[in-house]
Amino acid sequence: MNPFSSGTRLRDMIRAIRACKTAAEERAVVRKECASIRAAVSDNDNDYRHRNLAKLMFIHMLGYPTHFGQMECLKLIAAPGFPEKRIGYLGLMLLLDERQEVLMLVTNSLKQDLNHTNQYIVGLALCALGNISSAEMARDLAPEVERLLQFRDPNVRKKAALCSIRIIKKVPDLAENFVNPVASLLKEKHHGVLLTAIQLCADLCIVSEEALEYFRKKCTEGIVKVLKDAVNSPYAPEYDISGISDPFLQIRLLRILRILGHGDADASDFMNDVLAQVATKTESNKNAGNAILYECVETIMSIEDSGGLRVLAINILGRFLSNRDNNIRYVALNMLMKAISIDGQAVQRHRATILECVKDSDASIRKRALELVYLLVNESNVKPLTKELIDYLVVSDQDFKGDLTAKICSIVEKLSPEKIWYIDQMLKVLCEAGNYVKDEVWHALIVVITNSSNLHGYTVRSLYRAIQTSCDQEAVVRVAVWCIGEYGDLLVNNVGMLDIEEPITVTESDAIDVIEAAIKQHTSDLTTRAMCLMALLKLSSRFPSSSQRIKDIVNQSKGSLLLELQQRSIEFDSIIGKHQNLRSALVERMPVLDEASYSGRRGGSGVSTSGINNIPNGVVKIVDAPLVDLLDLGVDEPAPPPNSSSGPNFLHDLLGVGADISSSSPQSGGRNTMHGHKSGTDVLLDLLSSGSPPAPAPAPATQKSSSTSDLLSLTQLNNNNNNNKPSPSPSPFSGLDTLSSPLPTPGASPMMDLLDGFGPNPTTPPPPPKEEDNGRTYPPIVAFESGALSVMFNLSKQPGSPQITLIEAKFTNKSSQVYTDFVFQAAVPKFLQLHLEPASSNTLPGNASGSITQKLRVTNNQHGKKSVVMRIRISYKLNNKDMLEEGQISNFPRDL
Amino acid sequence: MIRAVIIMNDEGKPRLVKFYDHQPMEKQQEIIRSIYGVLCSRAENVSNFVQADSTFGKDTRLVYKTFATLYFIVIFDDSENELAILDLMQVFVETLDKCFSNVCELDIVFNFNKVHTILDEIILGGQVVEMNSSEIVKAVNDISGLEKNQNSILRVSKSISGWQGR
Repeated sequence: MNPFSSGTRLRDMIRAIRACKTAAEERAVVRKECASIRAAVSDNDNDYRHRNLAKLMFIHMLGYPTHFGQMECLKLIAAPGFPEKRIGYLGLMLLLDERQEVLMLVTNSLKQDLNHTNQYIVGLALCALGNISSAEMARDLAPEVERLLQFRDPNVRKKAALCSIRIIKKVPDLAENFVNPVASLLKEKHHGVLLTAIQLCADLCIVSEEALEYFRKKCTEGIVKVLKDAVNSPYAPEYDISGISDPFLQIRLLRILRILGHGDADASDFMNDVLAQVATKTESNKNAGNAILYECVETIMSIEDSGGLRVLAINILGRFLSNRDNNIRYVALNMLMKAISIDGQAVQRHRATILECVKDSDASIRKRALELVYLLVNESNVKPLTKELIDYLVVSDQDFKGDLTAKICSIVEKLSPEKIWYIDQMLKVLCEAGNYVKDEVWHALIVVITNSSNLHGYTVRSLYRAIQTSCDQEAVVRVAVWCIGEYGDLLVNNVGMLDIEEPITVTESDAIDVIEAAIKQHTSDLTTRAMCLMALLKLSSRFPSSSQRIKDIVNQSKGSLLLELQQRSIEFDSIIGKHQNLRSALVERMPVLDEASYSGRRGGSGVSTSGINNIPNGVVKIVDAPLVDLLDLGVDEPAPPPNSSSGPNFLHDLLGVGADISSSSPQSGGRNTMHGHKSGTDVLLDLLSSGSPPAPAPAPATQKSSSTSDLLSLTQLNNNNNNNKPSPSPSPFSGLDTLSSPLPTPGASPMMDLLDGFGPNPTTPPPPPKEEDNGRTYPPIVAFESGALSVMFNLSKQPGSPQITLIEAKFTNKSSQVYTDFVFQAAVPKFLQLHLEPASSNTLPGNASGSITQKLRVTNNQHGKKSVVMRIRISYKLNNKDMLEEGQISNFPRDL
Repeated sequence: MIRAVIIMNDEGKPRLVKFYDHQPMEKQQEIIRSIYGVLCSRAENVSNFVQADSTFGKDTRLVYKTFATLYFIVIFDDSENELAILDLMQVFVETLDKCFSNVCELDIVFNFNKVHTILDEIILGGQVVEMNSSEIVKAVNDISGLEKNQNSILRVSKSISGWQGR
C-alpha cells in the first residue's frame, strides 16, 4: 500500500484544518492532504478512494483546486457498492460541470444505475442527472427517465419528474414526449409527486407552446379542483407548516394557474372562483399563509382581467403594508410596483399606507416605497404628496436625504401646476436639504425664476427670508445670493408684492449684509464666494448709494489665496471704482434664460457643441471646469450675435472670466496662446511667457516630453521660479487679459481702459534665474500626472559636482477641491542617495491656484553609467478622505 | 429556479456550498465572499431579502436567515416566491435538526456530505422535491441504513466515519 495514502480519516483532516490558526497553515495542511490524495490517485488505490473523494469535496468547498479528483468520481460511480456510488455521485455534482468532457464517460454508468434494481441507486442517478445533465446526456437518457415517471416508488417518480425538467430545458424538442406522462401524474394523490409534476408541467408550458395549449385545455379543470381541495381540506398534519396545509403545493398550483390563465380569457374565467376562495380563506397571520396570498395576488395580476379580483388582490397588498413583518412589507411593495401599470387606480387607494412605508425603519423598504410613491404621483395628488414628503424630509435619516430630495425635486419639476408652487416647494427642499441637491436642480430653479418675471420680487423676498434661517445649506445660499444680486432692487423696494405675502422691510444694507455674511461664512466654497462677489458687483449698480461699502467688501478678497477670488475681486473693484459709466451696462439684469434649451441640454448631451461654437470671440469653455458651472447658465442662452448691442456682449465676456483658466483665444495672438493647454501651468506663467521675445507664435506647450527643451520652456521655467508667489501686481492683467482678449479690435473698445495701470513693460525679459549662474539647468519635466494632480520637476546641477542633482518639485492641483495633509514621499534604488527638504506647505489649493514646492537632492553614485529613477508616493486628504497616488518616474534626462 | 444554497458561519467560512447552475470554483469563492460582505453589514431589524442582480443576473434574489452562528442563504430567480423560500429554509433546518438531534455548526462541518444528501432530498436541479420534513428524514434514514449494511460487508469503509460518526 502506498505510504502516503495510509493518511488520515476525513474527520481528522477536518479537525486539522479547523485547528489552523492562519491561512498559511491551512494551505499547508491542504497541500499535504492533496499530495497524498494525488499519490493515491496515481496508484489507483481502491480501498481509500471514496474517503479521498470525500476529503476532496471538503477541500473544494474551501476553494482549493481539485480537478485531479474528477476521474475518481467516475470510478466510484462505476463501483458496485452503495457507499461508493453515493460519494461518487456527490463528487460528480460538486466537482464537475456539464462542459467537461469527462462527463461523457459517465453516461453509461448513469444508464445502468437508472435501470438498477435498488431504488436508492436509481434515486442517486436521477439526482445527479437532474443537477448536471448536458444536452447529449439528456438525449441519451431521456427514455429511461420517461419510464421512471411510472416507477412504483413515489420517491423515484418525483425525482424523475424534476430530472425531466433539466432534460426539457437542455433539449426542448423532447418536451412532447413528456406531455402525456405529466398529464397522468397530475392526477396523483401523493403530495410530493403532485408537487413535482406541477413544476414539470409549468416548465413544459414555458418551453413548448403546444404543451401549454394541451394543458390549458385538458388540465385546467383538474388543477383548479386540486387547489380547491387543498384550500378546503381538513387539517393534514404531515404537510402542515405552521397551521397551513401544504402551502408549497398551493403556491405551485397558483403558479401553474398563472401560466395557464395568462393570455387566455376562458381559462382565466375558470379559475376566478378558486382564486377568490384562496384570497379570502387563507389566514394571514403566518408567513406560510402570506406566501400563498402573495402568490395568489401575483396570479390574479397576471391572468386575464377580472376587475373585482384585482381590487381584492391589491387590498391584500394594502394589508401587507401594515404587517409588522418587514419581509411582508417588502414583497408587497415589490408587487405593488408591478401592479401599478395594471391597475393604477386601485393602488392609489393605498397611497397613505405606502407613504407611511417611506418612513420605515428598514432602508430597503423605504427606498422601494419612495420609488412607488414617485410612480403614484400625478397632477391631481402632487400637492398633498409633495407636502408629506417634504415634511418627512425634515426628520428623515441623513443617508436617506439624498434619495429623498432627488425624488422630490424630480416630482416638483415634472408635475408642478404653477410656477409659484414650484418655487415655494424648491425653496422648502433647499432649506431642509440644500446640501443634498445636485447642481442641476438649483440651476433649473434659477432658470425658472428668471422666466417668471411677475414672481421676481416674491422670490427674492422668500429667498431673503430663507437665507436667514438656512444659511448652512449651500444651495439656498447660492440661489439667494444670485437672486439678490439680480433682483436686489425689487427686494428693497417691495416691488411686485403678492397678496399672500407678509410685508417685509429690507434696506439696502440688509441685503448687502446677507451677501457679506455668505462670503465670510467659513463653509462657503469657492463657487459660492465667487457668486457673492458677482452679486456684490451687481448690487453696486443697483444700490449706487452703498457703492463704497460694497467696494470695501469686494476689496477684502483681494488678498485671497484662491486665484479666482483674487482676480474677481481686483477686477470688480476696478469696475466699481473707475468705470461708473460702464458699470450699469455691464451688470444689467441677466436676459431670460431659455427653459427649453436648458431642459433639452439636461436631457441630452451635456453642453452641445453648438453651444460652444455660438460663443463669439473664440472663447472655448471647457465643460468640467468648476467655475464654468457656476455661470454655466450663460451657456444655455443662445449667445447673442456679435453685432448686437454691447450690453449682453459684455455680460457674456464677464461670464467668460470664470472659464479663463481653461479658455484659449486663438485670435488674440501670442498673449493667449498658452491658455487652455493641459500643461498645468499657472496663468501667471502664461502671461509672462508673452514677454519672452523668441517665443514662436503657436507655442508648443506639450511639456510632458522633456525633449521640447527649446528656449521657450526654459524661459517658462525661469518665469515660474521667479513668480511662484503671486504678487498682486501682475494678476490684474491676467484677468483683464481675458476680458479684453475676446475683443478683436481692442483699440475700439472701452474695455481697453481697464488695461490702465498696466505697470511693468511686457517686453522686458524677466531677470535671469540664479541657477543659471551656478550650473547647468535642464528643461522641467512633468514627473507625474494623475487626474487633477500634477508634479513638475525643475532639475539643476551644482557646478563641480555632476553627480548631485537638485530637484525642485512643484505640485499643482487642477481640481476644484483643496487637498490637505499633502505629503510627498520618494524612494530611489541603492545607487542613488536622496535627501528631501521640507515642503513649502501641506495644503494644496484647487483650480491650480497655488502650488507646493519641495526641494530634493539626488546623488548618483554611478553617474554616467546609470540614470536616475525614482518611485514616488503622494498622500493627501480630499474632503477628509485619505487619497494615495503612487508612480514611478523614469523620464529623467539621461545624464543626471 | 433555485440557483444556489449556501451555509456559512458568521465569520464567512463556507459550511455547505451547492450551486445548481455551475460556477467555476474561483467564482464560487468570490460569490461567497461578496455575499458575506453584504450580510454581515446588514442591520438587525431589516427584511431577509437582498437583490442579487449583480452576481446572478437580472431578477435574482437572495434570502437569508440566521440560525445561531450560521447564515442559511438561498439564491433564486423570479419564478420562486420569496416567502415560500423562507418556509423552505425552515423545513431544511427542521430536517437537519431531526437528523442530527439539535443540529449545531460542528455537526454540519463534520458531516457535510450527509448534509448534502439531505439537501438533495429537498432540492433537485434547483427545484423543490419535497417539503414534508418527516418524508425527508425517512428517505435520509433509509439511505443511512443502506450504507451501514453495505459497510458491514465492505472491509475498508469503516473509516468513513461521516455516516456513523454520530
